[in-house]
Amino acid sequence: MSDALSDDGSDLNQDDSQEDVMTPAELIAKLEEAWLNEKFSPELLENRSEVVECVMEQLTHMEANLQRVKKGDAKASIHRMEIDRIRFVLSSYLRSRLQKIERFFPHVLEREKSRGEGDPSLLSPEEFAFAKEYYANTETYLKAVALKRMPPNLQTVDMLKAVPEPCLDSFVFLRVKERQENILVEPETDDQREYVVDLEEGSQHLMRYRTIAPLVSSGAVQLI
Amino acid sequence: CNEAKSEGRAELIPSIKLRHCCLLRNQRCVTAYLYDRLLRIRALRWEYGSVLPPNIRFHMCAEELQWFGQYKKSLASFMRSLGGEEGLDITQDMKPPKSLYIEVRCLKDHGEFEIDDGTVILLKKNSQHFLPRWKCEQLIRQGVLEHVVS
Repeated sequence: MSDALSDDGSDLNQDDSQEDVMTPAELIAKLEEAWLNEKFSPELLENRSEVVECVMEQLTHMEANLQRVKKGDAKASIHRMEIDRIRFVLSSYLRSRLQKIERFFPHVLEREKSRGEGDPSLLSPEEFAFAKEYYANTETYLKAVALKRMPPNLQTVDMLKAVPEPCLDSFVFLRVKERQENILVEPETDDQREYVVDLEEGSQHLMRYRTIAPLVSSGAVQLI
Repeated sequence: CNEAKSEGRAELIPSIKLRHCCLLRNQRCVTAYLYDRLLRIRALRWEYGSVLPPNIRFHMCAEELQWFGQYKKSLASFMRSLGGEEGLDITQDMKPPKSLYIEVRCLKDHGEFEIDDGTVILLKKNSQHFLPRWKCEQLIRQGVLEHVVS
């Protein structure tokens, strides 16, 4: 699959002045990593809009290439499948993100508003606009249908309290990409005590998300 | 509650608190019901597309229809912003692609349907066609076509 892709890629990336120094194969690998992480993580992860943009460009190039190939050529179907697969992964990634934004909308907006200057952003500008519109839309609806008819002191709903937060203690499967030492595992019940584990490269584990959340954002582990 | 305190009728405070708790619970129940309906309406956009069948619209109140209209507008501008010429329609490609072409049977008359290379297919009830998968997805979801698995 990647061979067919780099075949097309080699005549696309002639423009070396582009910031995109990844080969198409690396770009798609990054997309798949982001996709799996987003799919299996209970909370919304950092946005990877640079990956999304590059993949969209890639898809446009590939579609254009496909138009030029004469019909009935066997290669055309393979490239078509390639395009469909990449488009599926990208759509699925964006869908996962949107679903989480909708499910946790007050918390997501709160996190984005209160993040520091240098911190990486959780939402792309378009996602941020979407989240704000979703919040306003839902609030308007609830007000119009029910809240305005309630007694004066009950006419607002605190969205941050009403909408549940993501459960960071859910268990996730992960594969270790970079060796980690001394990961502190918090006890779950009062009987247990906290202990440390070392994560060997290439090993696979089932752990609480909260314990390894920072390793996911740094890329040291991959959720599977 | 404050008035009760200041007027010295402190024995009323428990009943005031009880009434307030009941009101809060009622508010929670009402908003939970309404919010759940919103979530189902949201799911309709992903399942049926932007035009809802009339029998479903019949079950929605005016404010819900307005919410739906606003939601699909938000979603549309998000999808358009994704780059390329028209953005990316992420309500398509819901399942991983397994094959390029699929056999479909037409469940109702849908008129003419154009596919990428320009050929026009007439979708008449009970006719069967071998069409590109990505063109059929939406029609399958809407119930116009049926995927035939032989």
